[in-house]
Formats: sequence, structure tokens, C-alpha cells
Amino acid sequence: MPAGRPSALLTLFLVVAVVAAAVWYFGFERPILESIKQGEDLRGGIRVVLEGVDTPHAPVTEENIAKAVEIIRFRVDRLGVGETRVQRLGENRILVSLPGIADPDQALAVIGRTALLEFLDDANLQRKLDGLPYDAIVTGADLKEARPAIERGRFVVLLAFNPEGTGKFADATARLLGQPIHIVMDGEVVQSPVVRDHITGGNAEITGYESLEAAKHVAIVLNSGALPVELRVVQTMAVSATLGQDSLERSKVAAIMGVALVAGYMLLYYRGAGLVANFSLTIYLFLLLGLLAGLGAVLTLPGIAGIILSVGMAVDANVIVFERIREELKLGKTVRSAIDAGFSRALRAILDANVTTLIAAVVLYRFGSDRIRGFAVTVSLGILASMFTAVVITRYLLRLLVRADLARNTRLFFGV
Amino acid sequence: MLLGWQYDIVGRRKTWFAISAALVALAILTLAVRGLNLGIDFTGGTELNLEFERPVTPAEVRGVLTAYGLEASVIQVDRAHGEKVLIRTPPLEEATRASLFASLRQEVTPFRSAGVDMIHPLIGAELLREALLALAIAAAGMIVYIGLRFEFRFGLTGVLAIIHDVVVTLGAFSLLGLTISAAFVAAVLTIVGYSINATIVVYDRIRENLKDRRREGYAGVVNRSINETLMRAINTSLTTLLALVAIYLFGGKTIQEFALALIIGITCGTYSSVFIAGPLWCTWKEQAERARQERKAAPAGARSR
Repeated sequence: MPAGRPSALLTLFLVVAVVAAAVWYFGFERPILESIKQGEDLRGGIRVVLEGVDTPHAPVTEENIAKAVEIIRFRVDRLGVGETRVQRLGENRILVSLPGIADPDQALAVIGRTALLEFLDDANLQRKLDGLPYDAIVTGADLKEARPAIERGRFVVLLAFNPEGTGKFADATARLLGQPIHIVMDGEVVQSPVVRDHITGGNAEITGYESLEAAKHVAIVLNSGALPVELRVVQTMAVSATLGQDSLERSKVAAIMGVALVAGYMLLYYRGAGLVANFSLTIYLFLLLGLLAGLGAVLTLPGIAGIILSVGMAVDANVIVFERIREELKLGKTVRSAIDAGFSRALRAILDANVTTLIAAVVLYRFGSDRIRGFAVTVSLGILASMFTAVVITRYLLRLLVRADLARNTRLFFGV
Repeated sequence: MLLGWQYDIVGRRKTWFAISAALVALAILTLAVRGLNLGIDFTGGTELNLEFERPVTPAEVRGVLTAYGLEASVIQVDRAHGEKVLIRTPPLEEATRASLFASLRQEVTPFRSAGVDMIHPLIGAELLREALLALAIAAAGMIVYIGLRFEFRFGLTGVLAIIHDVVVTLGAFSLLGLTISAAFVAAVLTIVGYSINATIVVYDRIRENLKDRRREGYAGVVNRSINETLMRAINTSLTTLLALVAIYLFGGKTIQEFALALIIGITCGTYSSVFIAGPLWCTWKEQAERARQERKAAPAGARSR
């Protein structure tokens, strides 16, 4: 019996026990898959990409797009669907993501609506309500900003107009002194403050709120009517929860079948070593899912395809190593030295092959569109995880088996 | 067994080159004649996935679309489930879409909308540009890396083998009339990565064998290297293909076309890594060597080594 066999057996037992416990915990008890965020295509929901359009009045600028993101975030938050995401894409695009919405039809209508803010006098309000042509004093486009504040112990909303709005508002306040100005949002009167002063500086103050909250609410409404740039919808993806669920279920079945077939093949062809490979592939899968969960990646359909593919790459690394070991064994080397020689010779091939593929994946991430990125992320992480498991874990396990004197029968162990 | 008999792959390289040339020519021909069925990801458009309350006919749906000037739209009724319908139209404004939905509900029958995709033509053109750019940059990056780690010729012949795989896959999709979607771009990039992966394993062995088996000649070394890595090529592609066939059979519609592209591309990539990449490098190297010898011999005249 080789020296150190009992300790090797004990280590082996511990390794298997730890991995089995981890698989049980992260696979069933607290499934790691559930802590990975799912994209709209898997859980249903809506993604809309808006793009700023340059107009003479409202040019597309860094600041305007950033402001538009804030305003849209206000609007989307008010939908109360939770886990929403509003973010900038590139220079002039905005991504709005509302996962988990049951009825895409309805939610699309909510997002698609562009709020119209108008300030009207009595006569024009009447004309608008009657469906007749009317003139607005100012619109959302003239309003620079509305914000809640406390002035002299009162809750107010401070309005700031742009130069054009300032002129129009000055004329109107001169004309309508003592009369109300109706603030109308999407045909609904929000408030009708009475003009107390002739306001020429472009800064107005609306009073009469019971709390700061009330003032804040009105300010948000006013702001959301004042999108600083014109936006057009350039991409919409709406998936119902049932279709998403269907995709997820089918992908899961496909993935399980795929992994089972691969594992079966490895076992048949490489026997004992195949078992070791399957063991390290299991570690690899959990490592990859852990990385995805830890990095907060969003799992999409292309992302799942990437995972399945990177399983193929991980298998490949093991196959390259085992073929090398078999060659060394046929040359008459002992199991121990065949394993060492096999790994050291296979390492270069694995490294070069994986780095070249990684180059392609990174390029894909850098230049690919948003949806393809999900694929690039899982493939890149998958390659890194597979190199680690094939080179470090498989080697460690094989050496451990040799020390435990369990790999003496090479026919049983490597199929040679 | 291993060190004895070998398949004579390099010896029959003219046959493999001819097969590949024919495949590429066929692919280019079908691409020229039939073109590619570009999905809305590239052309821009709106795709509506509807589930009606009862099975419907394309004619009923088309009747409603005609009122909106959309009679040229693609209408696909699911063969097994006649109530599931896919409609592909030019890009629709949100208001138009809502009104179209109302008309369909009123004039055909109520339905549930399972999915709505709208892609502005602008984005589609962008995707195509980005995909081509990504391919070009990835190819350049791989040539440089392989050039650094191996030799420039390996990089170029490796990339040639990849272009072969991509062209054949595109040709197959054109021939089968399958839709080219954004996922297809991901599939092509995957094929590129996978194929170069397989090719590098062969090249790595050539690099290694060149060190201590120089006297076998380039053809001998390449043939030995291909044979020595053959089991790896077979086992890896078989396992990957097994997984892909599972995805193809059990996966949803989107992922199915992705799997099919990969099945074609990876089969092709395995073929080219075994039969094309090595022999191609060998042919080039032999020619370069011959040219070098001639250059050496010419000015030196009678002087010999």
C-alpha cells in the first residue's frame, strides 16, 4: 500500500462530501438559479429602447438625456411594478425595463404615452374641454424645472422657465392678474393657481399645499410633462409571463437533457476518469452560476445558450487532457507520471484555444448589442470557470485518486 | 496502435480542398440567388405573437391588416395550434399597434398577446454593422494572438478555415430559408470561437511535433498531428453535438434556430479543423520553403551546404 493512502482516502471522502453538500444546498435547498435575475424574455415583461431625436428647440445633449432618464424613472416608478430599470444606453438612448408584467399590451400603452403639460387660461381651458382649437400660455417644453420647497414656512413649488417660456409667461401674468392659470396634464386639471404678480424673471412660485409631500407630487407631475428632448421608440420587446415561463421551462429541460447526454458520453468513453470529469463539471456549473449571481448578471435566453455552449468548452478541456493521458499511458508510463505529463502537455493547447475563444467573446461583448451581450457574458465567464476546473480541479482529483491507489486499473480508469 | 497506422489525411488534401471549394461555391451561389431571410432584428419591423380564442385562418387576419395597408405582412399560423399566430409587419407606431389590436379583437376574435417585438430599421442596420465589425475585429484579434503564440501563417490559415465555416453556415440558412435573427449573430460568433478552438488544438500539436519530428517533413508532421488529435476532435464535437441536438429537440422556437445554426457550424468547424486547417498550412509552408530554397540556391550558385 503506498504511503499516505489513508490520508488521501480521507481527503477524497471530504472533497466528495463537501461538493455533495454544496450541490444539495445550492441546487435544492436554496437554488442558486433563483438568485440569478432573469431577463424579460424568461419571466415575461417589457423592454423599450427610446432614442433622443434632435430638434431645433430641444437638442440631444448629455444633460437632456440624463434628465429624461430621471423623468422616465419617476413615471415608471409610479406604475408600481417593482424591479424596474431605466438606464442610458450609449449616447442618446434610454432603456426601460419592466420585468414580470402579465399583460404587455396594457403596459406598452402606459409607456408609450407621452405626457402633455399645458398652462391654460379660462377661455382656452373651456375650448380645450369642448374639443375646439385653443392656445396654451406655455407648455412643458417651456418649463425648465419644477421643484418642491419650503419658503417662509409655506410649502411651495418653484417653477423655472426657459428664456422663451419666461417671455410668454410674463405676458400672460400681466394679462391675467387676479385670474387663475390652469395647469393641465394630459387633459386633466392638476391645479389652478391665481396670478398674484406680474412675473418677468421666469421664476414663479405656486403656493397652497398642505404638506411638502403634496408639493413634491405636483412637482413630479410637472417635471414629467417636461421631457427635455423628443424621444422615439426604436425597439420594443414585450413578452407575456406565460411565453417567458414556457421558454424558461423548455430551456431548463433542454439544458438538463444536454448535460445528461454529455455526462453519459464521458462516463461511457472515459469510465473512471469520465466520472472525475463529470464531478468537476458539476463544480464548474455551480461556479459559473455563482459567478453570474454574484455579478448580478441578468440571465436571458441567449445567456442560457451561452451557458450550454460553455459546458461544451469545459468538456473539451477535459477531453484534451484525458486524450493526452491516454497517449502517455500507451507509451508505457505509470499512471502518476502519465497524469502529470498529460496535464503539462495539454495545458498549452487548452490555454491557447481558450484565450482565442475569449478574444471572440470579449469582442462580442464590446461591440454586440444589448441582447447579444448576455451571451458574451456567460460564454466569457464560462471559459474562465472551465479553464479553472479542468486545469486545477480535475488534476487535483486525479492525483488524489492515484494517491488513494484507486486508479491502478487503467482499463477501468481511462478506458485504455 | 496509436503510433503505427495513421489515416492519410494530408496525402489526400486535394480531395478535401475540392470538397470545401465546392461547398463554399454552393453557399455563395445560394446566397447570391436566394439571399438571406433577414428577420426584423436586421430589417426593422414589428412582430406580434398572438393567441386567439379559436383557431383562425391567415385570410381572416390578412383582411384586417389590409385595412391598415399592411397586406404584405407575413402571417404564420401554427400548424398544431391554429389559434397561435405570428404576424410580421413593417415597424408600427405604438398608436397604430393599439388600434390594430382593437380591430383584430373586434373583427376576428379576442386574443391574448403573448409577445410584441418592434425594431426600428435604424437599429436593424446598426446590428448588421456591429455584427460585421465584431467579426472583423475578432478575426484580427485572433490572427494577432495566434501570430504571437505560433506563427503568422497559422493565424491566417486558421482564420481562412473559420471563414469557410461561416460561409457554409450562412449558405445552409439561405438554402433552408431560415430566418436570420440577432441570436444567429451570436451563433456565428460561437462557431468562430469553437472552430478556432478546434483548429488551435491541431496547430498546437503541429507546433510540438515540429520540435522533435522535423525529419518526417511538414506533410508527415501535420498528418501525425491530425491523427494524434483526432480522438479529441471526435469526442469533443460529439459531446457538443449531443447537447445541441437536445437543445434543438426540447428548446423553444428562438433557441431552436440558434441550435440548428450551431449544429451546422460546429459540424463544419470540426471538418475544417481536421481536413482543411492543417493541410492548408502545410501546403503554404511547403511552398514558402521551396521558394526560400530556390532563392538561397540561385545567388549562391554552385555553393552548397
